[in-house]
Amino acid sequence: MNPLLEIRNMDHYFAGLKAVSDFNLSLQNNEIVGLIGPNGAGKTTVFNLITGLHKPTSGEIIFRKQPIHGQKPYIIAELGIARTFQNIRLFLDMTVIENIKVAYHYQRKYGIFSAFMSSKSAEEHEIEMSDAAIDLLEIFDLDKYAQNKAGSLPYGQQRKLEIARALATQPALILLDEPAAGMNPVEADQLLHTIHDLRNRFKVTILMIEHQMRVVMGVCERIKVMDFGETIAEGLPEEIQKNEKVIKAYLGENT
Amino acid sequence: MKIPYILKKHKVIISLLFLYLVIVLTYRTGWLSSYLLQIIMFVGINIVMTVSLGMINGFTGQFSIGHGGFMAVGAYASVFLTTIIFQMAGSSVPGQSLLGYAIFFPAVLIGGLCAALTGFLIGLPTLRVKGDYLAIVTMAFSEVIRTIIRVSEPLGGPRGVSGIPSMTNMAIVMVFTVLSVWLMRNFLASTYGRASRATRDSEIAAEIMGVNTTQQKTLVFTTAAFFAGCCGGLYAHILQFIHPDNFTFMKSLEYLIYLYIGGSSSISGAMTGAVVFTAIPELFRSFQIWRMVIYALLLIVIMLFRPNGIIGDREFSFIKKNNT
Ligand SMILES: Nc1ncnc2c1ncn2[C@@H]1O[C@H](COP(=O)(O)OP(=O)(O)OP(=O)(O)O)[C@@H](O)[C@H]1O
Ligand SMILES: [Mg+2]
Repeated sequence: MNPLLEIRNMDHYFAGLKAVSDFNLSLQNNEIVGLIGPNGAGKTTVFNLITGLHKPTSGEIIFRKQPIHGQKPYIIAELGIARTFQNIRLFLDMTVIENIKVAYHYQRKYGIFSAFMSSKSAEEHEIEMSDAAIDLLEIFDLDKYAQNKAGSLPYGQQRKLEIARALATQPALILLDEPAAGMNPVEADQLLHTIHDLRNRFKVTILMIEHQMRVVMGVCERIKVMDFGETIAEGLPEEIQKNEKVIKAYLGENT
Repeated sequence: MKIPYILKKHKVIISLLFLYLVIVLTYRTGWLSSYLLQIIMFVGINIVMTVSLGMINGFTGQFSIGHGGFMAVGAYASVFLTTIIFQMAGSSVPGQSLLGYAIFFPAVLIGGLCAALTGFLIGLPTLRVKGDYLAIVTMAFSEVIRTIIRVSEPLGGPRGVSGIPSMTNMAIVMVFTVLSVWLMRNFLASTYGRASRATRDSEIAAEIMGVNTTQQKTLVFTTAAFFAGCCGGLYAHILQFIHPDNFTFMKSLEYLIYLYIGGSSSISGAMTGAVVFTAIPELFRSFQIWRMVIYALLLIVIMLFRPNGIIGDREFSFIKKNNT
């Protein structure tokens, strides 16, 4: 089967600092894969490269047989890759429902002229968008906050909203950057269920960065470990837990 | 198709008609001086200027500080069509005649389109880059426009253009203001408006959600420039004499003050700022020199106690859309 995403020999430098080195990854449809590693390993940079925020220094990224490296982020989004951010980036001064509706903008069904005239079709499409947004918010139990400003939500809800918003773009691949960061064990467990659920309900492939081992080991089918930009291990959760290099990398971080 | 919508809004329409009648009647009976009538027309134009500036600065999070430059483009382009070409041909300028208006309305529109084109041309390369380049470029632009006009003999050069017919009247200003605010309100409440606010709140997240932020910013900037251009055309045909110095950086600064005092990410705020701060200097005219002191103090007080503007980011009920 053709992989959904294929990254080959990707390198990335920041002014001489090699943040990502010879990175290779192949994701099949409907997989949940974990990307772990100590602080500064280059995990977020990999996400930034996939979503077009950075252009790889070399190597290629193929999504659904199409090269996407060097493409604009909004085009990559349209092609079907969505993400969340390590430091949440919601539209804080917009309402919760509007945050979701922004994701529908690229699929808008009315033009600028209709927008200015507030035409009947524009109004109807707005209602369609609102209905779809509410449906999505319900799944995340966020519908009661629909009219609240996103900035007024508690931290855990903001994380959930960001995942919901990413799903609203109807992606085939979703990249989650530390979704459980700052959550207590109960919240993290709930999130685990949500993520499993998502994969089945939305038929998405998930690539996830996560520090909380409980979450990673609980949800990921495959794990890739990075340290100083290099891939140091790759395999099943049980294999990774026993891997010498991985243990050293994590212990090294603590001493 | 639009009728039932307008009927639903009849409360607003009736209030506006009433307002119009009051203004015209008080003017006819001599209560309202023609000077004050002119101020009221400026209020309308300033509302459109401020709301359109708010589209860029408040709703899209860019920082344009040369909005007066687009006004200048619109003013000179329309005056060129209604006045200058006739003066150059040595014929008389058509005034408030059928022919006069047949030229005037398209001329104002063309003024708006020229401003929009200018906005597009300076916006496209500038808005592509992140950061505060727009502020520098728009400020430079408004100065460059003045310099170009100054050295252009056909545009009256440093002497300005006189003999512009008085075409703009209260009815025209009112229809223009209401229509413009209505159009901008619809736009801002649409998916395009949301894409703008998303760009303002987080440009990176907006891109990641599939918003072409460069296109969005350019669209808003161009649209706002169009409205400012139309304002310039109407303004010139009230003043009947325009000069490059009508459009100095101070003019642009006025609109920034109206906007941030009223509330930059609110149409109602922009309108309030424009109304209050066009009227206040006139109300205090009898205080002579103290007028500017009062004005400045008022600005400081408002900024201290309402840092997000008088209105903040709320909207009056007649601006809000029913469905959101
Ligand atoms: N925009 C940037 N400019 C320069 N250097 C950067 C930039 N972004 C990241 N880096 C550097 O690249 C390296 C990898 O950073 P990255 O954020 O990808 O790490 P990470 O694995 O996500 O770490 P963490 O677990 O702390 O989030 C770090 O040394 C970091 O300082
Ligand atoms: Mg990171």
